[in-house]
Amino acid sequence: MNLPASEVRSAPAAKERRIPKHLAEEWRGRTYVYLCVLIMIVTIFSIVYFIASRGLAPFISHGVSVSEMMFGLEWRPDGEPAVFGALPFLFGSFSTSLLAAVIAAPLGLCASLFMTEIMPKLGKTVLQPGIELLAGIPSVVYGFVGLSVIVPFLRDVFPGLGVGVLAGSLVLSIMILPTVTTVSTDALRSLPRGLKEGSMALGATRWQTISRIILPTLLPSLLTGVVLGIARAFGEALAVQMVIGNAPHIPHSLFESAATLTSIITLSMGNTTSGSLHNNALWSLALMLLLMTFVFVFVVRMLERRVKR
Amino acid sequence: MRAKTIDRIATGVIVAVAVLIMAVLASLIGYLLFRGLPHISWHFLTSFPQAIKAGGGIGPQLFNSIFLLVLTMIITIPLGLGAGIYMSEYAKRGPITNFIRLVVEVLSSFPSIVVGLFGLLVIVNTFNLGYSLLSGALALTVFNLPMMVRLTEQSLRSVPQEQKEAGLALGMSRWKTITSVMLPVALPSIVTGTVLAAGRVFGEAAALLFTAGMSSPRLDFTDWNPLHPTSPLNPMRPAETLAVHIWKINSEGLAPDAGEIAAGASAVLVITILLFNLGARWFGRVLYRKLTASK
Repeated sequence: MNLPASEVRSAPAAKERRIPKHLAEEWRGRTYVYLCVLIMIVTIFSIVYFIASRGLAPFISHGVSVSEMMFGLEWRPDGEPAVFGALPFLFGSFSTSLLAAVIAAPLGLCASLFMTEIMPKLGKTVLQPGIELLAGIPSVVYGFVGLSVIVPFLRDVFPGLGVGVLAGSLVLSIMILPTVTTVSTDALRSLPRGLKEGSMALGATRWQTISRIILPTLLPSLLTGVVLGIARAFGEALAVQMVIGNAPHIPHSLFESAATLTSIITLSMGNTTSGSLHNNALWSLALMLLLMTFVFVFVVRMLERRVKR
Repeated sequence: MRAKTIDRIATGVIVAVAVLIMAVLASLIGYLLFRGLPHISWHFLTSFPQAIKAGGGIGPQLFNSIFLLVLTMIITIPLGLGAGIYMSEYAKRGPITNFIRLVVEVLSSFPSIVVGLFGLLVIVNTFNLGYSLLSGALALTVFNLPMMVRLTEQSLRSVPQEQKEAGLALGMSRWKTITSVMLPVALPSIVTGTVLAAGRVFGEAAALLFTAGMSSPRLDFTDWNPLHPTSPLNPMRPAETLAVHIWKINSEGLAPDAGEIAAGASAVLVITILLFNLGARWFGRVLYRKLTASK
């Protein structure tokens, strides 16, 4: 670093602008990391731009109205005239993912309480690795198990064919259980010890401490976990597509076949020609998925802000 | 007295739920192994699939999955490391950094099918790469990159501040300090996380349906020239991976033993991911001991 002054001065005298090695290396490194970040930013903008440009085409150049797409009950792409009402898919997506969250939230909460409050040792050595493993199982495998275990079971016990909203929600609830559990466990572990100890010192039982002190403090974090889970369930494609039955109408019961945004895209995208109205309408559904992702990210951010306060 | 009874009941419920979750997990894994293991043999792992006859294998699919994983990692790791280094070392507090953080968050919450559709639109059609391993790898990179960035950032942040300061005090450039002082310390946790991420890539299917394709050409496993269209190593050929194969035979499989093949392939997938999980922990520990001279 500390070059003798004469050497520094002699560099320009030699008529060659020599950049010190450590500066050159710093600039190379800096350029590299900036480039990586730039690639990431370009990627996200091109995702939004390309999907929006195709997804808006039915509204702009084919004259399909937004309200027809959002609230229409019928999806008949081959009909005369073709009708594109996506409400059944929206309903399917929301009902399966919300129902999955309703099943997974209490289970996840109990699992995280077990790991932090009841039996931390057993939780850390058995339950936590198990939950992590659950998170690692690929969605097609969940779909396969759903199709070969849950669907036949539902078919035998309840009326209907077994495929439908309930089958989809059950599969999804197992898939999002790790998300809910991990987020609320992290939150539980970071609670100040004093809170719990203070309550215990006043003579409260463990359940009184949990229900009156821990749960109210934990609520925003638990909600964050649940919203992250819903977001995952909402975007899950193959596992749901395999067990939901794929009938494009609003089901009358939990055991009736239905369809979601992701399932109809998965099924039809490969069979339609690029640029046709049917194809573009599928891109509109993809655009809805994209917009819902933004909504979920926004909600999670709001909740996280509440946690920090 | 009542409070204590309620406490006991509540504890009982929580323990029961924990036991239930473990039971679900155990029966899930047990079911997959019980149904899948009898079907797994060397023949099943290496032979070609059959369209309508029984006795097909998953050889090409298994190879495609591994090859795709390698390709994806070759693209993801340098990009993810770079962006992660930026986030932890170069980013200044301010609106730009907040924005980039938002980008990472949004990118990581995109549904994989949306990433796949983006791949179809941009990589397959616009860049004209067609249904190919390379398209699949690029789509998976989009899907995997945010995870890699977060992982690198967290690992670098957990490096003790003194080590960084010591490097800088020796007069090394910031970049040199990062690459030769901080990265070696952070490496074990980066490696562990990368292997776990690799497990996720290995089982991913939705992003690949419309990028890597749902079919494989008749591969010639004696031809290793990457430029030939039937060579296994050619990155420009369509490739159906193991996860996509499971989906496909479940939804449109015609072979009489489709159920068994799906079970066998699922078992292979789950066992591989199990090995990834165990291997990641073990390898991270070993690497940590080697690099930091601690027990």
